Amino acid sequence: MSSLSPKSPDQSEKSKKYDRQLRLWGDHGQAALEYAHVCLINATGLGSEILKSLVLAGVGAFTIVDGEKISDEDVGVNFFLDPDSIGQPRGEITTQLLLELNPDVRGDAIDESLDKLLTNNPDFFNNFSVIVATRLSEKEIITLSKKLWEADIPLIVCQSIGFIGSGRLQVQEHTVVESHPENQNPDLRLDCPFPSLKEYFDQIDLEAMEFKDHAHTPFVVILYKYLEKWKKLHNSSKGPSNFKEKASLRELIKSGIHRDEQGNPLAEENFEEAIRAVNYAISTSEIPQSIKDILNDGSCINLTGKSKPFWIIAKAIKDFVENEGNGYLPLRGTLPDMTADTAKYVAIQQLYRDQAAKDAEIVFRRVQQLLRQLNQPDDTITENEVRQFCKHASSISVIRGSSIADEYTFRNISQKIVTDLESPHNLMVYYVMLRGLDRFYSEYNTYPGVYNDQVEPDIVKMKACISRLISEWGCSSFSKDDFVHEICRYGGAELHSVSAFLGGAVSHEIIKLITKQYKPINNTFIYDAISAETATFTF
Amino acid sequence: MSNSSSSQGHDSSSHRWNHLKKVLERPGPFCHPEFECSPETLNFLMSSCKILVVGAGGLGCELLKNLAMMGFKHIHVIDMDTIDLSNLNRQFLFRQKDIGSSKAEVAAKFINARVPGCNVVPHFCKIQDFDSDFYRQFHIVVCGLDSIIARRWINGMLVSLLSYDDNEELDPSSIIPMIDGGTEGFKGSARVILPGMSACVDCTLDLYPPQVVYPLCTIASTPRLPEHCIEYVKVIQWPKENPFDASIDGDDPTHLNWIFEKASERATQYGILGVTYRLVQGVVKNIIPAVASTNAVVAAACATEVFKMATSCCKPLNNFMIFNDIDGIYTYLYEAEKNENCLACKPSSIPKYLKLTSNEMKLQELIQLLMDSPTFRMKNPGLAVNIEGKNRTLYMSTVPSIEVKTRENLKKKLSELDIHDGTKIMIADATTPNTIEIVLSIPTFMEMSNE
Ligand SMILES: [Zn+2]
Repeated sequence: MSSLSPKSPDQSEKSKKYDRQLRLWGDHGQAALEYAHVCLINATGLGSEILKSLVLAGVGAFTIVDGEKISDEDVGVNFFLDPDSIGQPRGEITTQLLLELNPDVRGDAIDESLDKLLTNNPDFFNNFSVIVATRLSEKEIITLSKKLWEADIPLIVCQSIGFIGSGRLQVQEHTVVESHPENQNPDLRLDCPFPSLKEYFDQIDLEAMEFKDHAHTPFVVILYKYLEKWKKLHNSSKGPSNFKEKASLRELIKSGIHRDEQGNPLAEENFEEAIRAVNYAISTSEIPQSIKDILNDGSCINLTGKSKPFWIIAKAIKDFVENEGNGYLPLRGTLPDMTADTAKYVAIQQLYRDQAAKDAEIVFRRVQQLLRQLNQPDDTITENEVRQFCKHASSISVIRGSSIADEYTFRNISQKIVTDLESPHNLMVYYVMLRGLDRFYSEYNTYPGVYNDQVEPDIVKMKACISRLISEWGCSSFSKDDFVHEICRYGGAELHSVSAFLGGAVSHEIIKLITKQYKPINNTFIYDAISAETATFTF
Repeated sequence: MSNSSSSQGHDSSSHRWNHLKKVLERPGPFCHPEFECSPETLNFLMSSCKILVVGAGGLGCELLKNLAMMGFKHIHVIDMDTIDLSNLNRQFLFRQKDIGSSKAEVAAKFINARVPGCNVVPHFCKIQDFDSDFYRQFHIVVCGLDSIIARRWINGMLVSLLSYDDNEELDPSSIIPMIDGGTEGFKGSARVILPGMSACVDCTLDLYPPQVVYPLCTIASTPRLPEHCIEYVKVIQWPKENPFDASIDGDDPTHLNWIFEKASERATQYGILGVTYRLVQGVVKNIIPAVASTNAVVAAACATEVFKMATSCCKPLNNFMIFNDIDGIYTYLYEAEKNENCLACKPSSIPKYLKLTSNEMKLQELIQLLMDSPTFRMKNPGLAVNIEGKNRTLYMSTVPSIEVKTRENLKKKLSELDIHDGTKIMIADATTPNTIEIVLSIPTFMEMSNE
């Protein structure tokens, strides 16, 4: 027997090196990462911290675009520069020192400013997986945002100044099949058992069981049996829905626990589990609203020859739900662990597995049909992909982003900002500050408060910048002088530990975009290291 | 803390530190009320402030880099581990060629080379190898550990350094702040502990859930999960067959292969799917998933708190931050509360009580209680009593010669060991460097019958 067991591929050096992360995003996530090419614009402290976590994780390649020469201050905030390199191209040295972290990763640097690059080589960015930029000017943000929105390549614009950090993700559409939700309820279908499950349940007679058998019956059986009993007692076709009804079902289950001769209940862990599970396992198998929204999305209903696999599989699932599924999603096919003897547990688990495989097969056939109708090649979507999609069908996710450039036109974003600013401890105030900072920079070509004797006069100028922004947004007034003072006192300084925090967080957002696993932010993240608070806003 | 003597000649005058100077030499509306902006503060960081980093792993590497980049120059780091291939996806100060070398030494060497003027002193040893005189020299201690026991030990050490005056008032100058980071996959936490003042590690033991243990009867007779099959081989089959005449070494591929094969056989026999080599490794070595990004975030949050604490530039975190970037980026701040009955940080002059139901309990049961109870969560408690001025060891597992001599006490009832209501027992355990004194509270027969 043992000679037949497959020799695991896990023995390779690579899977040993990446073991701790492969347990999170799997070999397929790692493969996606290794296929990706990320571009960083400006190798600031923040920029190199972002790349650092990507290089360690084994991203395929990176390119740094940076026209700056290394200054003393750069060495004080970017760990991937050494003091001997002052005066040399910043992107090149950062690339060299980052590449030391992982021989699997390729990297290069373009010693040119973004401005020049966009003029000389306007298509430069078209082949990257993700572009991440730090310390861009207002003009650069707008140009790059428009360009990448059109090219449909994700862009993240980041800023780290003093104790404040921000990251803004721009992506037209991002779809996630494996969102890895925490605390997901199991998909048990006790309210609508599929035929083989119902048949299995029906042939069990709890009352006729000896104690040992009774105490080793999985709680799903117990729940189903008492749910049926409860429905009969209450003359109801639905199960219990409110607190009171659930409590009465719990009592009913309790009454089924075997008792000793004195009438004291015996210890039956499986019944205890059934009682605890009433809260989450009785809920009807309805399709969650967020999933209904995806299935009814225009991209799902109106497939075209250019439709992406996500939408084609989603459409096949929609058709499944409306036909073979009788209104339900394909079965997930997993059973949580529960007190039971092995034979009973494995038997029920097999029923769930088999039904899930059947459901997925039907969806796959529908996918193939759709591909033919759309004139897309048969092998565009594999059966395994469909199986994975069906397994995760109740937790898929779609993010529709917005263009950063739109925030810079006079499109009315005021309402959101005003509402948020009214609450006393809202980090939205830092969004306004950072926008003010952009404006200041584009007007004066420097950050406010760079020199000690300029802090006070720059506060006045900065207030004026913010007032203008506020009136452009159509807001009335803005009195957050303390925040203006704070931002100006930073004098454009970048603090390493603030950048390291933001760098770690942003690099994981990039990994989410690349692997299409876990849900990214939508779409603006603010970090305030003074209070250690963070917030996410959607523009 | 920031206004200590300045020293000249350090590079705090170079442009390199301009970023830090702006936040340390200019007043701001959100600074700590006691913050005095001046060049003295950066001088203090660079010339006298001494930081201890405990652990040179995922968090430790990040912490050393962050502290060095935030102007700290006198840093010590302790780690007893050597570098393994599976560290390289996040412990960024280590390279392939460093595998097998001391984490502390390689990390220190790297930082000192990259950040000139920074002096990281490595200690390739256990935290228990140092006494209170060593720990007392630091202004702040930062922990990047994956072991709860080690965390509790450091916590206990810092608590033991506190001094109280005759009125039980804590001497604030004896407080060494502890900043503690932890990560697991995409989740992490950072906390600030002011020993004796705010919640300590032991005050909030429930935040560190004990490892999942599968019931023995499940793995032996009703396995359902692949994990149950692996545990069976690990806990029952290995000791029985002893295939390599050695205890399990999770880093030895022949050992892992054997467990993989036997667990696969058992799974096949029961019709259980899903035993993979990776799962076997995970279960046998109790592997916690880890990525570079979470370590970066949590260590950065800790380093920022060290910076705030050392410079008083902002109020420190009060006192707990939770981080999670599974769905978007989520953080949550709250104030963990001090537990007035905390075993670790309640002043030693105030007696601590342990309520027992009867002194018919066996010593072994008392020891088990100390291990299982959520307030004690001890590892290997050794017990002694002082009866009529004489110290008598009841049981100690850590010293083999004493273990043999005291083993027979385990089966004795407390009453047979002359232990009664009000008996003070002294406990030594791996979770603390201190001897914990506990007064047993055992209801007498009279009280029982009155109730
Ligand atoms: Zn405590």
